[in-house]
Order: sequence, then structure tokens, then C-alpha cells
Amino acid sequence: MKTMSPIEIIKDLPNKKLMIIRKFEASPERVWKAWTESHLLDQWWAPKPWKAETKTFQFKDGGQWLYAMVSPKGEKHWCIVEFHNIVLSKRFQTICFFCDENGKKDPSMPQMNWKNEFHATETGSKVVVEISFSTEADITKIIEMGFEAGFTMGLENLEHYLMVSSN
Amino acid sequence: MRRDVFQAIADPTRRAILSLIALQAMTPNALAEHFDSSRQAVSKHIQILSECKLIKQKQDGREIHYQLNLKKMKEIADWLEPFRKMWEDRFNQLDTVLEQLKTQKP
Repeated sequence: MKTMSPIEIIKDLPNKKLMIIRKFEASPERVWKAWTESHLLDQWWAPKPWKAETKTFQFKDGGQWLYAMVSPKGEKHWCIVEFHNIVLSKRFQTICFFCDENGKKDPSMPQMNWKNEFHATETGSKVVVEISFSTEADITKIIEMGFEAGFTMGLENLEHYLMVSSN
Repeated sequence: MRRDVFQAIADPTRRAILSLIALQAMTPNALAEHFDSSRQAVSKHIQILSECKLIKQKQDGREIHYQLNLKKMKEIADWLEPFRKMWEDRFNQLDTVLEQLKTQKP
């Protein structure tokens, strides 16, 4: 098993942005393929134990990906990803929101704007995902969702760190 | 004005105040010496941090010291962890998919 590349996350709260940066040992073209074909997206998009299931997919400017995040119990959370400003093998932007199974937007949930960039490097490629939120309320909502999830996960390292820094 | 932890840490001066008192509890005067802004401005920032419960007061004889409220600080540190974990999992899976694509195509 080869070692995984570390992930870098940059917070820019005043500008309501989060950036995720990660290197891959594959050409930008191949990484692009995995990001833009639904049968491939279904294989990696949902973090385990969730699964992604595509209902409809149209990769073109203004096209949409309607998919469900399926929990191990079979619970489904539907999302739409709308594609914009596609520059082949280089970058594309999306608007993401939560919806029902017919793609009808859930206005109570935050909308996110994503900018995905695919850069060539010496060893393969670097992907830069920039997620921006339209309002402060939206980022707060995502943060709150993070809180809930956070409580269910072990965070001993962080606790340890905070204990040490308190002395 | 809204008073929540994220509003509080959106300001660079307030982040700097938090970093300073993370090292040791400090009096308002000692804190103000670290900044070019007026004592009044610094004191306003301290007040906001205090209202957001990110820092708390400790009476030390006649002096007031401010110290971090770790419980509240932990809330800020925590929220990003699940987000990071999700992206790690997701991208580790992407590695697998990319590996498969490599063997499929010349």
C-alpha cells in the first residue's frame, strides 16, 4: 500500500471560503475523468460508509448531476451539482445544493459554490477545490452540521493538544 | 451585532489576542501593549471575545487577567475535523479509482 498524500485545508472565514488541496499520482486528464463521469464519481464521492448514487448526470455548462448520498441504513440525502465554466482538463465551477429526489431545491439548506482546479505537477497533478458560501448564515449552518458530526467522532488528539496548551 | 464564536474569530486583532492569551493569562493593559491600536479599541475586542465566551476573566488580587475558555475554543477547532476527515476519505477513494483507471487504459 503506498502512502496517501496529505490533504491541506485552508480556512478563509472572513471571505466565507474553504480550500482543499491534494496531490494525486495521476495526470490531470485522468483525475478530470474521475471527477466528470458519473460511474466513476459514484465510486469515490461518498465518504465511507455512505454511497453515492447517480440519478441523472449531464456534464456540460449549465448541466446538472442529481445524486443521492445513501447511508448504510438506506437513508437518502439528495443533492444537485450544477456545472459551469468548464475548461476541459483544467477547471470547472459548480453550484451545489440539497434537494429532493426530483431535484427540487431545499431552501432551508445552504448553497455552496465550488471552483475545482486541476494542475499538472512533476509527479501527477494537484487538485484545488475552493468552496465558497453565499452568506454567513450558510457557513454557520455547515459549521453546525460539522459540530454534530464532530461529537460522534473521536478527537483525542485535539483534546490532548488543548490540554497541553492550557498548562 | 451578532455574537458568536465565528464572528469573534473573523477579526485579525481578535485572533491575535487569542494567540497571546493562549500562552498565558494577561491583563487588559499587557494585551494592549502588543497592538498599535488604541487601548479603547483593544478593550472593545476583549469585550467581544468575552461576550462570545471565548475568553474568561480571572480575578488576581486587584488585577483582572484574561484567559482562554478552552471549552469554547475547542468548538472552533472541532468543526473542521469532520470536514477534513470526509475529504481525506473521499480522496483516498479517488486514489483507488485512479489506480484502476491506470490499469484499464494504456
